[in-house]
Amino acid sequence: MPLTDSLRDDILAAVPSLRAFAISLSGNSDRADDLVQETLLRALANIDSFQPGSNLPAWLFTILRNLFRSDYRKRRREVEDAEGNYAKTLKTHPSQGAHLEFEEFRAALEKLPQDQREALILVGASGFSYEDAAAICGCAVGTIKSRVNRARSKLAALLYVEGAEDFGPDETVRAVIGGSGG
Amino acid sequence: MKLQGLNSRGNVEKVMKDVKSQASKNAAPRKPGGLNAEIQSRIGHQLRAMYDDVVRQGVPDRFTDLIRKLDVPAAQSHVENGGGSTDQNDGRE
Repeated sequence: MPLTDSLRDDILAAVPSLRAFAISLSGNSDRADDLVQETLLRALANIDSFQPGSNLPAWLFTILRNLFRSDYRKRRREVEDAEGNYAKTLKTHPSQGAHLEFEEFRAALEKLPQDQREALILVGASGFSYEDAAAICGCAVGTIKSRVNRARSKLAALLYVEGAEDFGPDETVRAVIGGSGG
Repeated sequence: MKLQGLNSRGNVEKVMKDVKSQASKNAAPRKPGGLNAEIQSRIGHQLRAMYDDVVRQGVPDRFTDLIRKLDVPAAQSHVENGGGSTDQNDGRE
């Protein structure tokens, strides 16, 4: 369909979510914005192939994911740089206690295999149905469900079982209250 | 006052104790096949909090400008061939 004003608005409305998805894929906010820009250019160049009435965000997410995938092998190293760059994306800094928990969660998420992480984010954060997520990832609905389940299990194991000794109340409280004597 | 300090510190400790006791309570009966609903909801909450943190930043200017400029088919191929992302900002008035 032609690029109408309303379609342009709809594409722009999807940008915040595309950025969030791109950051979670690449772990790097600069790289994520380049990825979003490439996605928009690709989408606009191929706007004729977009079916009116179909799911625009899902279409855009598919383009972004494919771009990331085709590029990922070349840029694998950048993912290792994720930690420092992710913090830069945060406009508001959570309180320290929340920040610790947040970092812990983000680190656990990074440990998931790529397939599981993207499935979990599409379904659990972007709010896509299993069917849409399957279309975006080009796989069966059952595959998405199993990836999401495995991702949740692994996160639970990392955060609430394995990590229990590392992030126990003593250490965490000490960090939160800054070791004030008493 | 001292009382205030004690209170706020007590709260922190209490919260962290709650977190820990919930975590260990929930982790213990976890079955290989299924996840405790409480843990699932915590994971879901943190996932959305992380994601929404970026979503709340809205649409950066570079993307608004990009979409506005690229509504002419000729411009699309021109910019795509150019490929440079820094060129996009030069046209801003």
